[in-house]
Amino acid sequence: MSIFRILATKPWERNEASLGDLHGGGELSLPTQKIGLFVFLSVVTVLFGLIAAANVMRMKFGDWQPLTDPQMLWVNTGVLAFSSLALQWASVSARRQNLKGLKIGFFLGGVLAVAFLAGQILVWRNLIDSGHVVLGNSANGFFYMITAIHGLHLLGGLWAWGKSAVRIGRGVEIRELRLGVELCTLYWHFLLLVWLGMFALLLRT
Amino acid sequence: MAYVAPAEVDDIELHDPQSFITKYIWSQDHKVIALQYAATAIGIGLVALVLSLLMRLQLGFPGTFSFIDPSSYYQFVTMHGMIMVIYLLTALFLGGFGNYLIPLMCGARDMVFPYVNMLSYWLYLVAVLVLLASFFVPGGPTGAGWTLYPPQVILQGTPGHDWGIILMLVSLIIFIVAFTMGGLNYVTTVLQARTRGMTLMRMPLSVWGIFMATILALLAFPALFVSAVMLLLDRTLGTSFFMPAIISMGETLDYGGGNPLLFQHLFWFFGHPEVYIVALPAFGIVSDLLSVHARKNIFGYRMMVWAIVAIGVLSFVVWAHHMYVSGMNPLFGFFFATTTLIIAVPTAIKVYNWVLTLWRGDIHLTVPMLFAIAFILTFVVGGLSGLFLGNVVVDVPLSDTYFVVAHFHMVMGVAPILVVFGAIYHWYPKITGRMLNDAMGKFHFWVTFLGTYAIYFPMHYLGFVGVPRRYYSIEGTDFIPASAVTLNQSITIAAFIVGVVQILFIYNLIWSYFKGKPSGPNPWKATSLEWQTPQTPPVHGNWGPNRPLVYRWAYDYSVPGAAQDYLPQTMSPDDPIVGGHLGRGDEKDHRS
Repeated sequence: MSIFRILATKPWERNEASLGDLHGGGELSLPTQKIGLFVFLSVVTVLFGLIAAANVMRMKFGDWQPLTDPQMLWVNTGVLAFSSLALQWASVSARRQNLKGLKIGFFLGGVLAVAFLAGQILVWRNLIDSGHVVLGNSANGFFYMITAIHGLHLLGGLWAWGKSAVRIGRGVEIRELRLGVELCTLYWHFLLLVWLGMFALLLRT
Repeated sequence: MAYVAPAEVDDIELHDPQSFITKYIWSQDHKVIALQYAATAIGIGLVALVLSLLMRLQLGFPGTFSFIDPSSYYQFVTMHGMIMVIYLLTALFLGGFGNYLIPLMCGARDMVFPYVNMLSYWLYLVAVLVLLASFFVPGGPTGAGWTLYPPQVILQGTPGHDWGIILMLVSLIIFIVAFTMGGLNYVTTVLQARTRGMTLMRMPLSVWGIFMATILALLAFPALFVSAVMLLLDRTLGTSFFMPAIISMGETLDYGGGNPLLFQHLFWFFGHPEVYIVALPAFGIVSDLLSVHARKNIFGYRMMVWAIVAIGVLSFVVWAHHMYVSGMNPLFGFFFATTTLIIAVPTAIKVYNWVLTLWRGDIHLTVPMLFAIAFILTFVVGGLSGLFLGNVVVDVPLSDTYFVVAHFHMVMGVAPILVVFGAIYHWYPKITGRMLNDAMGKFHFWVTFLGTYAIYFPMHYLGFVGVPRRYYSIEGTDFIPASAVTLNQSITIAAFIVGVVQILFIYNLIWSYFKGKPSGPNPWKATSLEWQTPQTPPVHGNWGPNRPLVYRWAYDYSVPGAAQDYLPQTMSPDDPIVGGHLGRGDEKDHRS
């Protein structure tokens, strides 16, 4: 029900009061953990949005020397996309009560995410070796900061992934695994979207 | 009205504390966490209070105290501001009152993620300790002003430019992570964990204020996070996000091309909502205090909720009014001046509604009520001077004077602190089962209320005669009349009196805990759920075997024809004491 209709209710009037008595207390019919995740994702969206805004504002100054985009970032992007895809497979498998698919998809998703992070570190090392330091060049600074913050968020996701992986290893029932797998998948998709946005920003500069 | 009746919300599994340590230290109970938050916040707030007194010593009696040199003066100013705004007020309103009141007022057993809630407190404590550590590192804490503007914040010559600033930024980053953990809890708990019958529009305004403030904080703190991270990188790795090419002390630094204005935009994109992060919980709480102690339903409940939401939305589009003197496109200035003045509309609605709640109410001048009324007066004074400053042409000459100091201390220093005191006097009986001593409370109130006026009212005049703020000393300035010096002395004396009286307040908190008059479960005869708990103080899980059922809003006071002068939210309309459908719109003339 829309926020405007909620705000228009008159809690003191008799017929609205009788309706209110029936209200179960929760506002949304979603699992609490999922709502918590959505709230967190909105915080992260603002975070990356502000970084992007700062980047765009900074770009307009004359001394901006754009980074030559490392070709390897395309490979990494692909790896992250496949990681997200694998988790989606796990999610669908969980819904279809297919434990084997869930296990393969979930495991593959985690491994590919680790591969993505390793790839990002490799990009960093190549850049540093070729003399792209942060000193005196903000474009480089933004690149390192954006990749670092994005990577840290993925690392946090991997921690949650690890907790679910342990539960899968212990042979917890698929019904109880489903929420954890879905939350991981949601978070992975979100981070993929954020990365695509940030990558597009880097390509444009 | 088609309510979609959601699936019955399951009771969350409670983590039952076994030992002293899990009960009082690593506790996951929202009430214990709330007290931990509040105690830490008040503790660090006392440090900031002492810092302000040291500043006043220098301003009132310049040169008399040799240990206050210009460097330490700026360090006191900076730390005082930062601690008061973030580590005291934000933490106390959201971490303290938010944690205590949200589950109790919504009829929940606890926060929805108790473990994350516990982590939130301990990270907050780490942030406070890192902040305190900066007093002991070489060079001392940063003295760049609480706004931490680059480039001066990391240049030589600014106190604390080597270690102090690093610890400050690290502490802020930790604080934001800690707050985000808590904030997720507050929002999700309000949305999902309310008890049956507690619709959003039946929630007490305290919960509305805290809820909206938490949303603001969740969306605004990332801006501070980004600016802190980028500034930290500028300081430690030599990036040039904010640092322009600069010659410092005859030496050309390696920085180049950074944009200090970018920092100001990011900082104030956080900084202005921060004002309302502090103000909205105060608005909410004071509405409840006025209603309870005037025995009257809050005037215009829906309008109050709308105003809270409107202020929350508007607070994100006014930030650049802090930057009029930084230089900006005149059209920008026009836009931000307009939005700033528009935000006065919902705020004024709230003030009118508070006054109209008092109108023909059965006013009990209890200590919480005194503080609540004092809040209205102080907030009006501070808010009106804010209307002056919202205009670019008025702000530019006044911006760097004591007029601004007077304005923001009145509106976001004294006013919310008065609510904090009122709220502590109001809810202390629920927290401890004992009343705070009334005589000490009234003495504390009058000295604090009149004392703060003696401090901040004259500062408006100081600002008009042109006394600049941030100055270590105004000696040797011809344009400042000698009377300003005398005025400064009297302000300092008033500040010390107010400061000392706070010791009495702390003493009252401790004394009453042991010797206070037992309060019973509901000493103020209030309707909201926290006063209807089976035990006082509420035990772990809050409600005994069954969560309460809610049948009405929280403002059924002085209902005509009812046996008592109030109807608790849990009282069913079929209850014989109520007599039919009382409090259900049968007595329209009594409501607004």
